[in-house]
Amino acid sequence: MYVFSAIIILTLLGLALGLSLGIAAKYLKVESDPLIERVEALMPGSQCGQCGFPGCRPAAEAVVSGAAPVTLCPPGGSALVEQLAKLLGVDVDLSQTEDAEPMVARVSEDTCTGCTRCFKVCPTDAIVGAPKQIHAVVADACIGCKKCVAVCPTECLQMHPIDVTLRDWRWHKPQLAAA
Amino acid sequence: MFAFLENPKFRGGIHAEEHKAETCDKPIATNLPLPKKLYIPVQQHVGKPAEPIVKVGEHVLKGQLLAYSQGTISAPVHAPSSGVILDVQDFPAPHPSALPIRTIVIETDGEEKWFKYAIPEKPFELDPEEICLRVGGAGVVGLGGAVFPSAVKLNLGRKNQIHTLLINAGECEPYLTCDDLLMQERAVEIVGGIRLMLRGMNAPKAIVGIEDNKPKAFKAMQAASTEFQQISVVQVPTRYPMGWDRQMLRYLTGNEIPADGRATDIGVVIHNVATTYAVYQAVCLSKPLISRVVTVSGGAVSKPQNVEVPIGTLMSEVLAFCGVENEKLARLIMGGPMMGEVLPHADVPVVKASSGILALSHEDIFEPEVKPCIRCSSCVTACPVGLLPLEMASRIKANKLDAAVDLGLKDCISCGSCSYVCPSNIPLVHYFKFASGELFSRQQREHKAEQTKRLAENRTQRMERIKAEAEEDARRVMEARAARQAAEAKAQEENA
Repeated sequence: MYVFSAIIILTLLGLALGLSLGIAAKYLKVESDPLIERVEALMPGSQCGQCGFPGCRPAAEAVVSGAAPVTLCPPGGSALVEQLAKLLGVDVDLSQTEDAEPMVARVSEDTCTGCTRCFKVCPTDAIVGAPKQIHAVVADACIGCKKCVAVCPTECLQMHPIDVTLRDWRWHKPQLAAA
Repeated sequence: MFAFLENPKFRGGIHAEEHKAETCDKPIATNLPLPKKLYIPVQQHVGKPAEPIVKVGEHVLKGQLLAYSQGTISAPVHAPSSGVILDVQDFPAPHPSALPIRTIVIETDGEEKWFKYAIPEKPFELDPEEICLRVGGAGVVGLGGAVFPSAVKLNLGRKNQIHTLLINAGECEPYLTCDDLLMQERAVEIVGGIRLMLRGMNAPKAIVGIEDNKPKAFKAMQAASTEFQQISVVQVPTRYPMGWDRQMLRYLTGNEIPADGRATDIGVVIHNVATTYAVYQAVCLSKPLISRVVTVSGGAVSKPQNVEVPIGTLMSEVLAFCGVENEKLARLIMGGPMMGEVLPHADVPVVKASSGILALSHEDIFEPEVKPCIRCSSCVTACPVGLLPLEMASRIKANKLDAAVDLGLKDCISCGSCSYVCPSNIPLVHYFKFASGELFSRQQREHKAEQTKRLAENRTQRMERIKAEAEEDARRVMEARAARQAAEAKAQEENA
């Protein structure tokens, strides 16, 4: 009998606490800086951590407070730098920013053991596979965060530059004139 | 300074050395030996690539369908000669990068046996829809260089109630004379093609604009069109880029196409003169577009001339036919010298867009030293669109692409007039091409970023769901265990 009463009490307790927490979250909400929200909306949102912050929101907070430069996000590239500089009113010399060559992960089929570690850490579910089956990377979804490269026990995941096709071939920038 | 004295009917432009005399008096050569192998890319047009329907090892006849068009904006490709399909493979495309493109390879058998298509008895009395269907089925695309599927344009013209069909025979690019020769030799067929187009679009009249440096072509076209009241042939001044459709339209009708609009918005459709010939062939003779006239010229060519080339012939074979001296060859260009594409090598096929193959010698080109901008604004005067090339280039140099877009980068037609007149030799068009490409990549990246965000959110939601489910399971197990223990305790109590 005690047990049933214990269960009921605990359930009621949980419900009451949950309800009060829910109410508190709604009415005692901490107003966040709307600027941080806007900066976060611009960022890629994949929480890849390449900037050194644990995710896009902490990175946005750092950018807004001035603790980090607007050039912190490698996947965002110069387009993001331009947008951030405009939003925050910062002056950036864009002629010096050079976008890193985009890379994607690729599985070497000779050494993949099908350990499933890589696709568990992929933030965009870009790796497909099953236990003891060779995994594969969906290049279109890969954001090049290298998390999978870090966990792979056989080093079969390597970063490769994206193959240029006729569709994505672009004119390079003209060499600058001798000033 | 004297801009106000100029003809107000056209804006900007340049007058470059023409180099047309080398080829404009020689007849079109039709005796190019049939190549052993033909390389036919499945995409030679704007839009979706065609889908091959032939199998490796299959024997095909001349004019037989090789790949059918996919989607509304696309065009089919046909066999330029009879033979056996060797392969469907990736082969270098006629593009500055020479990156591979899906290509059908035919080993020709030399028999040139035609595929039998039904030839209409009275082609000029066909229904407009039927004309459009035949033009689309024959794979006719704009042969001026833009390679937009012609049938799509004809249908658009019929739906938009156009009042004028403008035939662009400007051929303002230096060196090129393929349209000139076509008009000199095949004016009757061209006029036939114009009549078919007028019927296909239910349009009342057509104007043919020919630059005044082609008197022979003008006379031939006038003679061929005298009995047709609805077609008028007029001369336009020779000034690059007269062959830009908007410039020609402005000159001939005084109307201007709105910046974001099309010619159909003001009741005009513009076609290239070589396209009308292809339309005639397609409708009256049921011959698909499998060959075109190509100007082969330049300082490294010993026999410069116009050649009728089957689509898919390697450029190296055409150049060999015209006697190219390889040691003299400094630069290879497909198209004209102003807007054409530099090719890294000649082992690429001739496609529907190849109006010219220019093998330039070291004397023809010069690699100038690029100096800083002196803000002389020559480029502003030369720009036919009315843009500020120097301002746009300085923005792009500083990677401020959005600022360049605000200055009208998207209206640039990369005609090359600004680069041509620049006294500091700044590669202005190169900047604009780079910026346009970069903007396109940016758009793609933005699209990818959105997709990434969606994927990451989906993943977070899934992870939370899995975690909640695991907690739920754990709670249930706990409860079950607690209940079991309670039952045991009760049983012990009762026993005791």
